[in-house]
Amino acid sequence: MTPMVEMNLAGRSTDPNAPLVEIKKLCVSFQTSAGEVRAVRDLDLTIYPGQTVAIVGESGSGKSTTAHAIIDLLPGTGKVTSGQILFDGKDIVTASRDEIVSLRGREIGLVPQDPMSNLNPVWRIGYQVKEALLANNVTNNREAKKRVAELLAEAGLPDAASRAKQYPHEFSGGMRQRTLIAIGLAARPRLLIADEPTSALDVTVQRQILDHLGTLTRELGTAVLLITHDLGLAAERAEQLVVMYQGRVVESGPAMEILQHPQHPYTKRLVKSAPSLASRRIETAKHEGIEVTELLAQTGGEGAEHGETKDIMVVKDLTKVFTIRGGRPGASKKFTAVDDVSFAVRRGTTMALVGESGSGKTTVANIVLNLIDPTSGKIYFDGLDLSTLNKEELFSFRRRVQPVFQDPYGSLDPMFSIYRTIEEPLRTHHIGDRKSRELKVRELLDKVALPGSTMRRFPNELSGGQRQRVAVARALALDPEVVVCDEAVSALDVLVQAQILQLLNQLQSDLGLSYLFITHDLAVVRQIADEVCVMEAGKIVEAASTDEVFDHPKTDYTRALLEAIPGGSIELGIADLD
Amino acid sequence: MPEPHRPGQQHFVADLAETPLAEVDQLDESTPPLSLWADAWHHLRRRPIFIISALLIVLVLALAIVPGLFSHTDPQYCDLNHGLDPSAPGHPFGYDRQGCDVYARVVYGARASVTVGFFTTVIVVFLGAGIGAIAGFYGRIWDSLLSRLTDIFFAIPLVLAAIVVMQVFRDRVTIWSVILVLSVFGWPQIARITRGAVMAVKNADYVTAAKALGTTKFRTLLRHVLPNAAAPVIVVATVSLGIFIVTEATLSFLGIGLNSAKIPSWGADISHAAQSLRNNPAVLFYPATALALTVLSFIMLGDAVRDALDPKARQR
Repeated sequence: MTPMVEMNLAGRSTDPNAPLVEIKKLCVSFQTSAGEVRAVRDLDLTIYPGQTVAIVGESGSGKSTTAHAIIDLLPGTGKVTSGQILFDGKDIVTASRDEIVSLRGREIGLVPQDPMSNLNPVWRIGYQVKEALLANNVTNNREAKKRVAELLAEAGLPDAASRAKQYPHEFSGGMRQRTLIAIGLAARPRLLIADEPTSALDVTVQRQILDHLGTLTRELGTAVLLITHDLGLAAERAEQLVVMYQGRVVESGPAMEILQHPQHPYTKRLVKSAPSLASRRIETAKHEGIEVTELLAQTGGEGAEHGETKDIMVVKDLTKVFTIRGGRPGASKKFTAVDDVSFAVRRGTTMALVGESGSGKTTVANIVLNLIDPTSGKIYFDGLDLSTLNKEELFSFRRRVQPVFQDPYGSLDPMFSIYRTIEEPLRTHHIGDRKSRELKVRELLDKVALPGSTMRRFPNELSGGQRQRVAVARALALDPEVVVCDEAVSALDVLVQAQILQLLNQLQSDLGLSYLFITHDLAVVRQIADEVCVMEAGKIVEAASTDEVFDHPKTDYTRALLEAIPGGSIELGIADLD
Repeated sequence: MPEPHRPGQQHFVADLAETPLAEVDQLDESTPPLSLWADAWHHLRRRPIFIISALLIVLVLALAIVPGLFSHTDPQYCDLNHGLDPSAPGHPFGYDRQGCDVYARVVYGARASVTVGFFTTVIVVFLGAGIGAIAGFYGRIWDSLLSRLTDIFFAIPLVLAAIVVMQVFRDRVTIWSVILVLSVFGWPQIARITRGAVMAVKNADYVTAAKALGTTKFRTLLRHVLPNAAAPVIVVATVSLGIFIVTEATLSFLGIGLNSAKIPSWGADISHAAQSLRNNPAVLFYPATALALTVLSFIMLGDAVRDALDPKARQR
């Protein structure tokens, strides 16, 4: 440890038995046009020095609001209506503006969620770290430069001194998040609030960053308040868990105890559905020779029995080269997004294409959907060569392959009612008259478990999961044979995610659908896919059945992906979850 | 390591009665479904800005359509004996320099201003939005050609171009020739705004979904892209409606617009009143106020309508 660190830590009370943060009966409300919304109700939370505490909950559960209340950064009309937030014995709720400002950064650091938008694009990285140092009077301008490089190196950036001269757009997501961690820890705070610090990052990067953050805060003796939606991740990283649901704490206590013996029905639900844990449980069950059919959505076995294993879609030697802007103005260079990719989707089964961002998996999806043309290679759909289709054949091909996209907020036209959204494919393909179309829309909504009255609503009235179900209904309107799910559940809360996966599974066995399932999350793959292709930098590095990939991964990359699934080190009981 | 005593961190389970579990992701059916137009109306009805601007616009439209209802005095009848006289019974706004009744001229002047403003805006929106949408949506060569064309027209100042081209009409200036000239030079701004908005929308997932459904490009543009790109266009259109009314007034002020002897217009009246500003400012005040209020109410209306029609901006 550098002398600087010791100097910063000196002179502070470090009694391990005195709580650093003690939140008592905290209530936070937001003023909206519909009246007062109580975002956090009667929350109790205690953090001891050097401890890592995680708040787990779905979106809207009040977990971020709680974190923001601690540093008095509640957005908009948010206000603490009652309760206390004691930091080192001092109540933040009643503290003056100046006292809070002096707490921020120096005593309480923050690592925000989105590394893409939380660095100012017009300033160099070094300047932004220096700003954090100077704002907290940690060091003077002269020494700051040296300190910046030290901090960045400490956060795990190689070649920190020259990196500090770069701009945020020259950094990858993981590097930006490391920078934000360096800023958060710049003034050596005693508490670091990490608000979903890695949700926007690839799984392997997520693991590296969390590992590093853990080591760093342990060395510095910093307490961490980790906000996350992933129970597996929280349990792995924190000693204490606080599970929040609809603004309330439903269960809190030592992490292992909660995970192994959840008491509250909501926690039980979470433990049961979290993909990281569910996939782990499938593995455990398999090793013990137990069938856990409710967790599995694989149908390949059944299809094989019926002798229906014909390939519905065959992709052969697919390559896509994009021309992108080069270094000099006017120059261009070639970028191979998809490199000689071949795979097949068997009828009635799910084929998962797994890879991190930039691996080319979405490009493959777009080529398969015939939205962009491949540079070379062929796609055969039910024996038809897609590159030879004329306009009419393409139009009828569209009926047979339909997409479901990732972002439930972007995939539905906000100006279209749900009825118009689902009816549009029927109208476009001139199917039925007005009456039969309405019947069909009703039937489709029923299939995706939404009430018929939904059709008169608009997308902004629905939650993310409900929108995604509408998107599934729209995709099914034309009775397609293949549905391409491009990260279809990635943006959803775990419980909703489990629900949609179950729905997709149900629809597959009812309608005999084949899925091409594109995802970055191997945990989800375990739950739904029959076969897996792992993509890295445009190439397929491993292709096998799901069991094979999980049990005997052949490449280091697949192994790294598997290890990155949170919650790996946790012993889980598979029984007593009802 | 001995376990330190840490109160407040025991295993705590909330009382189930206090934290009831809801169905996962259940649709809230208690609220009635929204309907685009009914909701927009409901939203508008409670906004004072909308009510005030709508009332003013109705008044201005009434003035433009049936000016006879509001004034029985002939705006063209002027008596030099009354030049710059203050208000008198039957002539509430007094007389201008020529001895014409100011109130009557304000009433009859509405028609020229409103007609020019309204029709120019309609033509400009169709022309500009069409060109901008094609450039933004189809891209490539269309974008290059149409954007450069837009840039050329954008570089010509509206008033300057109008002054030059109005020379062609000289003595045969009618309301329609003013509308034509303003439309020809007024569309680039709308085109630029539309192009930008369309480019922002065209990469949305729902546009890709429509493409994957086999919807034709043009249909996708009409049904998905344009409605979602309309909000900024509506705002700019209402603002430019004001600009066109003012430009018409400017042309009349410069003496190359509508002939004030034949067609009364606010612009021409403001122009003439400028000469008597020091003797009787009221003569300038009335037509100028009428012009300002009309422009303002169209801008406010556009703002309110945009908010009401945009489901994204609406709160439940």
